[in-house]
Amino acid sequence: MSHLLDRLNFLQSKELEQFADGHGQVTRENRDWEDTYRNRWRHDKIVRSTHGVNCTGSCSWKIYVKSGIVTWETQQTDYPRTRPDLPNHEPRGCARGASYSWYLYSANRVKNPLVRGRLMKVWRKLRETKTPIEAWTTIQEDPILRSGYVEIRGKGGFVRANWDEATEIVAAANAYTARKYGPDRIFGFSPIPAMSMVSYAAGSRYLSLLGGVCMSFYDWYCDLPPASPMTWGEQTDVPESADWYNSGFLILWGSNVPQTRTPDAHFYTEARYRGTKSAVICPDYSEAAKFGDVWLNAKQGTDAALAMAFGHVILREFHLNRQTPYFEEYCRKYSDFPMLVRLEEKNGKYVPGRFLRAADLDGTLGETNNPDWKTVAIDEISNGMVSPNGAVGYRWGEAGEWNLEERAAGADTRLKMSLIMDEDRDDVVGVDFPYFGGAATQAFATGQSFPDVLTRNVPVKKVKTVAGEELVATVFDLFCANYGLDRGLGGEWVTDDFAVDVPGTPAWASKITGVPTDKIVHVAREFAQNAEKTNGKSMVIIGAGMNHWYHMDMNYRAIINMLVMCGCVGQSGGGWAHYVGQEKLRPQTGWQPLAFALDWGRPPRHMNSTSAWYAHTDQWRYETLTADEILAPTAPDGDWDASLIDYNIRAERMGWLPSAPQLKTNPLEVAKAAKAAGKDIPAYVAEQLKAGTLEMACEDPDAPENWPRNLFVWRSNLLGSSGKGHEYFLRHLLGTDNAVLGNDLAEEGRPLPKEAKWHDEGPRGKLDLLVTIDFRMSTTAVYADIVLPTASWYEKNDLNTSDMHPFIHPLQAAVDPAYESKSDWEIFKAIAKKFQEVAPEILGKETDVVALPILHDTPAEIAQDQVRDWKKGECDLIPGKTAPNYIAVERDYTAFYDRYVALGPLMDTIGNGGKGISWKTEHEVQALRNLNGAWEDGPAKGCAKIVTDIDATEVILMLAPETNGEVAVRAWDALGKATGLDHMHLALPKEDEKIRFRDIAAQPRKIISSPTWSGLESEKVCYNAGYTNVHELIPWRTLTGRQQLYQDHLWMRAFGEGFMSYRPPVDLKTITQEVNRDAQEGTPHVVLNFITPHQKWGIHSTYTDNLLMLTLNRGGPVIWISENDARDAGIVDNDWVELYNTNGALTARAVVSQRMKDGTTFMYHAQEKIVNTPGSERTGKRGGIHNSVTRTVLKPTHMIGGYAQQSYGFNYYGTVGSNRDEFVIVRKMQKVDWLDREATGKEAAE
Amino acid sequence: MHNFLFGIYPYIALAVLAIGSIARYERDPFTWKTSSSQLLRRRQLVVGSILFHVGVLIIFFGHLVGLLTPIWIFDMLGISHGAKQTLAVVAGGVAGVMALIGGCMLFHRRWTDPRIRRTSSVADIGILALLLAQLVLGLGTIVVSVGHLDGHEMVKFMNWAQGIFTFQANAADHIADVALVFKLHLFLGLTIFLLFPFTRLVHMLSVPLRYLTRPGYQIVRSRRTGPAE
Repeated sequence: MSHLLDRLNFLQSKELEQFADGHGQVTRENRDWEDTYRNRWRHDKIVRSTHGVNCTGSCSWKIYVKSGIVTWETQQTDYPRTRPDLPNHEPRGCARGASYSWYLYSANRVKNPLVRGRLMKVWRKLRETKTPIEAWTTIQEDPILRSGYVEIRGKGGFVRANWDEATEIVAAANAYTARKYGPDRIFGFSPIPAMSMVSYAAGSRYLSLLGGVCMSFYDWYCDLPPASPMTWGEQTDVPESADWYNSGFLILWGSNVPQTRTPDAHFYTEARYRGTKSAVICPDYSEAAKFGDVWLNAKQGTDAALAMAFGHVILREFHLNRQTPYFEEYCRKYSDFPMLVRLEEKNGKYVPGRFLRAADLDGTLGETNNPDWKTVAIDEISNGMVSPNGAVGYRWGEAGEWNLEERAAGADTRLKMSLIMDEDRDDVVGVDFPYFGGAATQAFATGQSFPDVLTRNVPVKKVKTVAGEELVATVFDLFCANYGLDRGLGGEWVTDDFAVDVPGTPAWASKITGVPTDKIVHVAREFAQNAEKTNGKSMVIIGAGMNHWYHMDMNYRAIINMLVMCGCVGQSGGGWAHYVGQEKLRPQTGWQPLAFALDWGRPPRHMNSTSAWYAHTDQWRYETLTADEILAPTAPDGDWDASLIDYNIRAERMGWLPSAPQLKTNPLEVAKAAKAAGKDIPAYVAEQLKAGTLEMACEDPDAPENWPRNLFVWRSNLLGSSGKGHEYFLRHLLGTDNAVLGNDLAEEGRPLPKEAKWHDEGPRGKLDLLVTIDFRMSTTAVYADIVLPTASWYEKNDLNTSDMHPFIHPLQAAVDPAYESKSDWEIFKAIAKKFQEVAPEILGKETDVVALPILHDTPAEIAQDQVRDWKKGECDLIPGKTAPNYIAVERDYTAFYDRYVALGPLMDTIGNGGKGISWKTEHEVQALRNLNGAWEDGPAKGCAKIVTDIDATEVILMLAPETNGEVAVRAWDALGKATGLDHMHLALPKEDEKIRFRDIAAQPRKIISSPTWSGLESEKVCYNAGYTNVHELIPWRTLTGRQQLYQDHLWMRAFGEGFMSYRPPVDLKTITQEVNRDAQEGTPHVVLNFITPHQKWGIHSTYTDNLLMLTLNRGGPVIWISENDARDAGIVDNDWVELYNTNGALTARAVVSQRMKDGTTFMYHAQEKIVNTPGSERTGKRGGIHNSVTRTVLKPTHMIGGYAQQSYGFNYYGTVGSNRDEFVIVRKMQKVDWLDREATGKEAAE
Repeated sequence: MHNFLFGIYPYIALAVLAIGSIARYERDPFTWKTSSSQLLRRRQLVVGSILFHVGVLIIFFGHLVGLLTPIWIFDMLGISHGAKQTLAVVAGGVAGVMALIGGCMLFHRRWTDPRIRRTSSVADIGILALLLAQLVLGLGTIVVSVGHLDGHEMVKFMNWAQGIFTFQANAADHIADVALVFKLHLFLGLTIFLLFPFTRLVHMLSVPLRYLTRPGYQIVRSRRTGPAE
């Protein structure tokens, strides 16, 4: 009634009754106020969606909508249940996800298409009299008009445009670029398709139909561990988080599970309740450290030394002093330990060389098919040499013996792992192993002193090869020597005492890592003991912490070695759990045709971003790391003295890595010229390349013909998040204000590259047009020329999967896209439609020449047994064999849009496949025609429609074995043909299952087991990587067909990484005397190792401008610093500080914390520079982002190609953008200047 | 004019105060609060707030008792008019100075702290300014009062106040000849009454005294009988 009267009614007692001895009372009072809160949470409907770009969580959410407005979100709890002995998946979700709905109606939302004002003004003026193509041509060919908008990128000045106008500019720019320079000058960058597959596919389909370049992300993010493809031939495959629960011993190594894998962390807690022991290894006292039974705070960047010592203990106690039967059996069958390695003699000393191949032996062991690619071991049964099943040579050109059965040439075998017994060996010789510990820079030096070559005794056998008598040793024997284990063979640098400081021992590692020897021995012993008792249920969860170092392969391979020694890989509850940004795209083979327009033309243009950005942002012009700093002292003779970009150019030339752009000449013109010459394309290109009339674009990245001209960035914050060398991006790619503080090679007087053409003046502003598609005004959007507003994650229909759980579930439009935004699918459709209108003025039906590197999982992967460069005359140029293949692709630019919205004919005629197997899809294509409808006329007549985003999801779901049981059975059947084994039982029970979009809208669905992945989805086991290799005897897709712990490629040996060893962080030389003004002026400062881990207060790695998250922390960029370092630099908590080196400068507040290890600073990555970032005192420019002080550095071993598992795959293998070896100067800012001033006339954006 | 200001205006002000407060309590209960800014910045608030509130409370109850207690009660208790006035001047003066110092601190804080300034409404700043002005005027009356400590002036105000509350038509006549500063003080006081329901001052009406007597610490609200609106 009345609040006041109720309150003043003293006639009725307020108290109705008491309870709990009068401590509680039941009151009579008005409760209407509660309705206010009820109404706040009242809703009209709940829609299932999720968060769509780069969070591995892949949690399904309830989105609440009231009156057409998204009001809030909560976690879904309806995941299909697990087994009775396993905790369920829900709850999944975290505070970051729960804050997402803030974005929809925030001020950060991009509401309309935006175009840079100066560009818009000129465009409108020109369009009064000119066609779109003419208008764009005029702007590009007038240097004043072009620089007018290029030079002010990032300085505001956007004006509102309408969709028609904005898409017209984009279409005209694309058409002009394709005609003038070639379609491969149109780049597109978007990461992690798994999180919103259709949105990714929207742009990549557009680019692929155009002939544009899809850029990789996984390697560029440095989340790809190259050790995985090296060891397993597999990009990355990991256990789902539920499998942690099955583990008996969990090591968390550089992974901060509670903070960065929040939705999965409950499995970790539950595993602890189950009795799982856990060791946490990280330099800082992280949230995960609190979970550990033991915390080993190894010095950052020294993980390989620690893991090597673990391995030393395990080998000693479980393989040498005592042969653990399970470990022995596992290693014999599933690792390359028994394989024989030829020892190469050099100056009377031996170094491990190539694997012995069947072809090396007289008679090739009877193998006629690919004997060069079949490795050899000694058989205990026959006591002779055999070529066991499973090597890559068995995979191609024959069928039925590519499996891991213990057989060779049709007979049973039992491979011998070691020649240690007197009767087995012919001799014991000293073999040289490189030692890199001496290369440590000041921050990592320990005072230990060892020679850079360690000669250790190894038992060998004499073998008569076609080249004469040679010595061979097993991988296992070499491996033990490499770990410094004394096996009673005498010689130096080995020991049987853990406390002796010899490279490989716990005592040695203790000095490097700071972890006490006894703890190293203890953890290693328990890890292996558990694996022994449980048949391999010991697991290592790894985070980016270790993978972002330049020598990340060493960290990873050291751990993989441990796991293989203990038989953990491929066992439920065991193995290698690398959770860094990979986000498994489970229905990948169904998605690829849609995403890369494989239904209309093959192959698409794929590019490894690290090499591309290294070249096109001219970071190579500032390279300080030279090959001789990383080359092994044991390197075979060769032309190793080259700069890193030279190595990359060689790799591109030999067909190892892809190129973008590909040729200096427009590929559309190349095709015409070939036709005019009456030659077929590969032959024509080969001839012209040899003659020098055609050049590869990579040889001159700064020539205007070779610049990337148009760049689409969608679903990504390239400049605000992943763009290592941010300031170089700004300087060279965008051509705007930047804070690069160092000098280029010529200015520094360093040697110039040999193969890359040097221009004295580095070009500025290579891009003609940067288009950013986002729902928020990100750092990348701020620098764009055109910003297109896209639908948020609650405004579009899409698919989402993860490696953390086995479900596929949707994003759905809870509400229509707000303001003028459209879904990514609709945006690219609109551009495609405009393109079809605009382009025919200059583009018709064209033949494009696409360069294709030698790809992994194709027959070509066994192309290059030896490293030979055609340009140096070492071999002939044979496209697809000694160089990239050159393939003609027909494009019909006049039917561009019609093709975009139709499933093209190649799915019928060629079919589908992935990872080396293929199958027919006519049945599925017909089903899609029936489901989506077919076009009745036009250029795509008879093709299934892909008009809406839901149509697109159905294409993926129908074609993928993971979501269509019928396809799964067919795919397993196809694999069975190669292995000679029957695998169909894995999918037959689910043959009739077909998952549709509406099914997953109702509830997340478990995917179906598929041969393109190495784990199973079943009621019996959790998904675990390598499971089918171990249990179905499917070979790993490596040279030996086994988990390959020895890498015998020439470049691997040259750079000393045949075997794993500890390599300290490299010296990037970014703290020069010249740049360190504080040292010159004697002001307080500290020099710290700059580490950029994952956030706590941002949505995964991208979204930190969220007000709720900013409010929870300090409202802007922060860095973390230890108490001691802070004291030395005169910094107290919350001070404004500046970090700088030759790469640039950034500003942030300091968090002074006991968590930090002295000598390091953390800056959670991707803290937007658009929020609360004052000017830098050092540069006078606005403070940068975390990547303002980094620069990408390539590693030659990642460029290797044409060599079985070391062959290129998109997002699969290639150079990676490491960034943790960087050091910065940290100083307190004297004066905080927000630079809130009027722009000067020249700067003013208009 | 004098009659309007001190004969009729008091009724307008008191009516608005009563009806306005009831309406706000009924219609907009979520705005019935102190709007404390302590979360934004604690410094300067604690001292200022305590000084201000203690001072104002003393003054408020002083005025209440002093003005509305019938004069015969004082006579009966044997308190002379002079003594009463001296007490009022001393106690009121001390409390007034306390309140003024506290109020100035609060005002300074509210005006200069950017976070608090941004989150303040016009009413928040205005009412504090008015209260400060009223304090200054009130202290100003002391200067006049010390000129005639016999208390006869004071009796005029008591008669006026009691006249207002007993609906005497000529109540305003009692104070027809008092000094201007008193009139200003009275007028501003009445205006503050008038503005009372529209400001944060309403928190005065909600003194959480019940907490002192409530026996239980676990409170369960009874089930609602009617349907929610």
